[in-house]
Amino acid sequence: MSKQNIQLGPDGRLRHFLTIDGLSREILTDILDTAESFTGISERTVKKVPLLRGKVICNLFFETSTRTRTTFEVAAKRLSADVLNLNISTSSTAKGETLLDTLRNLEAMHVDMFVVRHADSGAAHFIARHAAPHVSVINAGDGHHAHPTQAMLDMFTIRRHKGDFAGLRVAIVGDILHSRVARSQILALNTLGTSEVRLIGPRTLLPADARSLGVHVYYDLDEGIRDVDVVIMLRLQKERMHGALLPSEHEYFQLFGLTESRLQHAKQDAIVMHPGPINRGVEIDSQVADGPRSVILQQVSFGIAIRMAVMSMAMGSQTQAAK
Amino acid sequence: MNEIKLYQTAAAVDKLIEQVAAALRSRLAAVGIDDPVIIGIHTGGAWLAERLHHALGIDAPLGTLDISFYRDDYTRIGMNPQVRPSRIPFSIDNRHIILVDDVLQTGRTIRAAMNEIFDYGRPASIILATLVERGGRELPIEPDVVGIRPVIEPGEQITLTGPSPLELVVGQSKTAARKRQK
Repeated sequence: MSKQNIQLGPDGRLRHFLTIDGLSREILTDILDTAESFTGISERTVKKVPLLRGKVICNLFFETSTRTRTTFEVAAKRLSADVLNLNISTSSTAKGETLLDTLRNLEAMHVDMFVVRHADSGAAHFIARHAAPHVSVINAGDGHHAHPTQAMLDMFTIRRHKGDFAGLRVAIVGDILHSRVARSQILALNTLGTSEVRLIGPRTLLPADARSLGVHVYYDLDEGIRDVDVVIMLRLQKERMHGALLPSEHEYFQLFGLTESRLQHAKQDAIVMHPGPINRGVEIDSQVADGPRSVILQQVSFGIAIRMAVMSMAMGSQTQAAK
Repeated sequence: MNEIKLYQTAAAVDKLIEQVAAALRSRLAAVGIDDPVIIGIHTGGAWLAERLHHALGIDAPLGTLDISFYRDDYTRIGMNPQVRPSRIPFSIDNRHIILVDDVLQTGRTIRAAMNEIFDYGRPASIILATLVERGGRELPIEPDVVGIRPVIEPGEQITLTGPSPLELVVGQSKTAARKRQK
């Protein structure tokens, strides 16, 4: 993939948000700081600001995801933008229209921003490369590649609870190999200066080049979460069971499921995170998911603020570029 | 070219703030408001509001607004990279509000601030207090209480630098003026 960063405008500001890769610590911190200012809006009488009034944001979802689409929609509406929701898997591609044709048609409807979710890695980049110059693209998850807004809402949650990233030990547990979330999280954690990032999972679900990502690898959960400040559980994608990568859900839970007794190995004040949706009794025990150290529902709320931040930053630099 | 001149010393600014506080006291007494709340606009207005909050002995905590999400020039200059959270730690409904800013020039900041305030609720009234009123109004907005009305060249900025000490400086850029103090 080209290293020239199409995410940044000529002034170095965020134009598209496609991946954490290539973004500086300053930009990631700006996103977190801007999101901080948006969190208060949900507690007001009028839960909206007029920032993106008159702008049209199109949720272009080629892969279904109720939660992610809904939080993007809420974020866009709190910024006063108009929202179009397109579920493409059930729409025109079924009639043989190409991605570019779909894009051109939507541009003709004066869409200012696309939020793209696609099963293929690189789909959001493709759209960003081919979109009209005044249009911004946000990646809402592409294949196994990246899910940068999820990673940033996780960073926001960690910063809220732990403050500075320096000095933190963060463990990511589960199916790292197929996880775009984990990939984006690792990049974000390292860019923000996290002291130690650990990956924990069965050998079959860890990438072969894991150590080159600047992380420590563990095949044993108890050992891996010892003294960590943050435990990030990943959803076990059940479809992986069929690929003979895993023995059974039950056995997976025995080895890598997070239970209260296992969590004792982490620091006393460790927080437990999960991008959702959770598989209770597969990767995480209900007692932990609903327990005092779980911040899983906060992650959802913070996700709205992060998406507002990214949308307003990208749209702001876009209008400047078009000037 | 980028010279920044001290316009009012810290002692002079303190005196101006006392004058603003006194004018506010008599103004509030005249209209019979005994329980106002105070809201300062980031950044200079918030510093000033903190002083006035103390001087007037207001019970309710200080409110601060960052009007970045309400600016009318977002589509021209984009997102303010240094936006801070607005904090209104009280109910706005039926309250008498003293809105505080450091410098009133075009009036656009005040318009944005009032729009934001109304998204928190419906106040009983708003009065506007500024340390400096200068020419250049682009909207029909006038202050109720003013500290000083200097004559400033159109190309120049008058800026409150702070938070401690508070001084008024004149120069070509607000950013440069604020940096000078650090």
